[in-house]
Amino acid sequence: MKKILAIILAMTMVMALVACGGNNSSDSASAPAESTDTGAAPAEESGSAASGSVYWLNFKPELDETAQKLAGMYTEKTGVPVKVVTAASGTYQQTLTAEIDKSNPPTLFVIGNSAGVKDWGEYAMDLTGTAIANELNTDAYNLYDEDGRLVSIGYCYECYGIIVNPDLIEKAGHSMDELKNFEGLKAVAEDIHARAAELGFDAFSASDMDDSSSWRFTGHMANLEYVYEEREAGAVWTECPATITGNYMDNYKNLFDLCINNSTVEPSTLATGGHDAENEFKTGKAAFFVNGSWEYAAVSGDVPNATMIPYYCGVAGEEKAGLNCGTENCWAVNADVSAEDQQATIDFMVWLVSDPEAAELMVEQLGILPYKNAPASTNGFLNDAARYTADGCYVMDWATNYQPNVDTYRAGLVAALNQYCADQSDANWDAVKTAFVDGWAAQYKAANG
Amino acid sequence: MSKKLRRDNSMIRQTRMWSPLFMGPVVAAFIIGFVWPFVQGIYLSFCKFKTISKAEFIGFGNYVKAFQDASFTHAFWYTALFAVTSLVFINVLAFAVAYALTQGIKGSNLYRTVFFMPNLIGGIVLGYIWSMIFDGVLSRYGTSILLESKYGFWGLIILMCWQQIGYMMIIYIAGLQAVPEDMLEAAKIDGATKWQTLFKVTIPNVMPSITICMFLSLTNGFKLFDQNLALTAGQPYIIQPDGSTINTTEMLALNIYNTFYGSNAAARGTAQAKAVIFFILVAAIGLIQLNYTRKREVQQ
Repeated sequence: MKKILAIILAMTMVMALVACGGNNSSDSASAPAESTDTGAAPAEESGSAASGSVYWLNFKPELDETAQKLAGMYTEKTGVPVKVVTAASGTYQQTLTAEIDKSNPPTLFVIGNSAGVKDWGEYAMDLTGTAIANELNTDAYNLYDEDGRLVSIGYCYECYGIIVNPDLIEKAGHSMDELKNFEGLKAVAEDIHARAAELGFDAFSASDMDDSSSWRFTGHMANLEYVYEEREAGAVWTECPATITGNYMDNYKNLFDLCINNSTVEPSTLATGGHDAENEFKTGKAAFFVNGSWEYAAVSGDVPNATMIPYYCGVAGEEKAGLNCGTENCWAVNADVSAEDQQATIDFMVWLVSDPEAAELMVEQLGILPYKNAPASTNGFLNDAARYTADGCYVMDWATNYQPNVDTYRAGLVAALNQYCADQSDANWDAVKTAFVDGWAAQYKAANG
Repeated sequence: MSKKLRRDNSMIRQTRMWSPLFMGPVVAAFIIGFVWPFVQGIYLSFCKFKTISKAEFIGFGNYVKAFQDASFTHAFWYTALFAVTSLVFINVLAFAVAYALTQGIKGSNLYRTVFFMPNLIGGIVLGYIWSMIFDGVLSRYGTSILLESKYGFWGLIILMCWQQIGYMMIIYIAGLQAVPEDMLEAAKIDGATKWQTLFKVTIPNVMPSITICMFLSLTNGFKLFDQNLALTAGQPYIIQPDGSTINTTEMLALNIYNTFYGSNAAARGTAQAKAVIFFILVAAIGLIQLNYTRKREVQQ
């Protein structure tokens, strides 16, 4: 008996060791190398290619598949090794911190907003006058540091607002023409919600407050407050203001209340989340879905007529509002890698936005590329944005990109909104206001103090 | 006699010659995986840095900031309360289960296996599973584990008990089985009641197990991170009038993590200083506790 036990134990130990060893080897293989495309036979093909290599640290999980494919295509064509690593959702900062210090750091990474420039600007080379900068057709999405160096350039731009299913609106006996301001939106949403049982669908899809969804409200919807502050002051922000006034908090509340109280789910269940808002919209269970242009590919198959309307929130003159257009997708090239790698990276970037086949794939996934030789977008929501602009509506810029210590700031806002959703009292809304307005000042101080 | 001794000595010497070969890999792994990062970590706590290769020495500034941070103080007291509460619950329950399963109940091996199993699941997974379980119940009452600090606290206690009791139980079973039969028999003959036997004979004899279990559960309680992150991530927050927040269920390790990544990169030194303070704290508390319970162990 003892012998058998001893043998079993010994075997377990060996198994454990083997398993560890196995794990280690696969770990080390899978960490960066899994996504490596080093090119099977670079020697023969790359006679003319530069000697550098490209390591692209991507922050958008949705883009990963396309990016890997593009990397493979580029390597096949030129022999230049391209490695693409995508940080898991919400861990880009962590991944960048770890990767940038390695002996083979990313040559191409993302600096998406002014806080990013502050943190990572010194690691980025000045892109002024480079081939990729010359490909741009607008300067609107570029980020400069304090010394005026061009540290990162936009590679696509996006828009967000309220996605609407016009078919359901009509089925409920309303028309899209009613959705021209907050009163109209409110009337339609409340009517649909009141008759949800009879209609078989509800107004808004779930407004979950878990990490996978809360950014739609603490990041995007919050933008309306910032934008109207900017408009009140008469100038767009060019850097993070130390304080905000919160003058348009009531408007934020208008729209937020409408979303949570005329929805497929009870407001008190939003804190934990776990509902599938996108699916509710796709399957026709909800007529409204607060999200952005990147959802077009996902929803247009099921809701081909899906269209996007601005954040109507009860501000005077909002009939002239457009969608929220901007980007956090900005490329920076590592200043600390060799000149060959920098050159190879810039060549790769130019190829991504100008090669017919590659740019087509990029446009399909990302929407509009602000480059001279990129194909036109097929994204319906971005076309909506262009239509609003053509009609003379004002664009709501992404002031939300200036949120100081963004993760901490938004976490505070989520906590306050959770309490408010569970019990919509004035006291709880005051806490939301505090987190929104004073939280901004506190985080600004923490970030700059 | 002396010849044998000499032969033994030469054998020992020969074995010693080989010791670097056998010790080497472990020592190397220990230095690479622990000693070097630890030393570097202490150095970084005196620096301003974004990435560790570009660190700039600034002296004690980080420590000053760490001690001034109200959220760190809150996290400390919350963690201490949690560690002590979980220590009591885990050890009392684990001992009770171990005691029950050494009484010769049918199928006790099966029970032991089942009780041990939760320990094999990772903390993050457990945290998410339990958050679903708790919210499944709490949502019937229109609330959530993210809305009340007390739910978060007791939720974490339940989770940790569920995970750790099985592990501690194994240690207690080993201890209980080592209690000499003759002592128990002598107690019985002397007419001791079951309770008297338990408190006067059994427990003093399992003190070594109690020492190690208390040490483990106390330090585990202080070091807790995954479960805390997955279950509540510090929610609910109390929003202070100045806009700052007190993350009511945030424990020390999570506070350090949030300081490191949540704020701007300039706060990384502060997070590092907090981590060093955290180490000293856990080491000191662990050692004091070890010393205290060791004194109560009986020599057999």
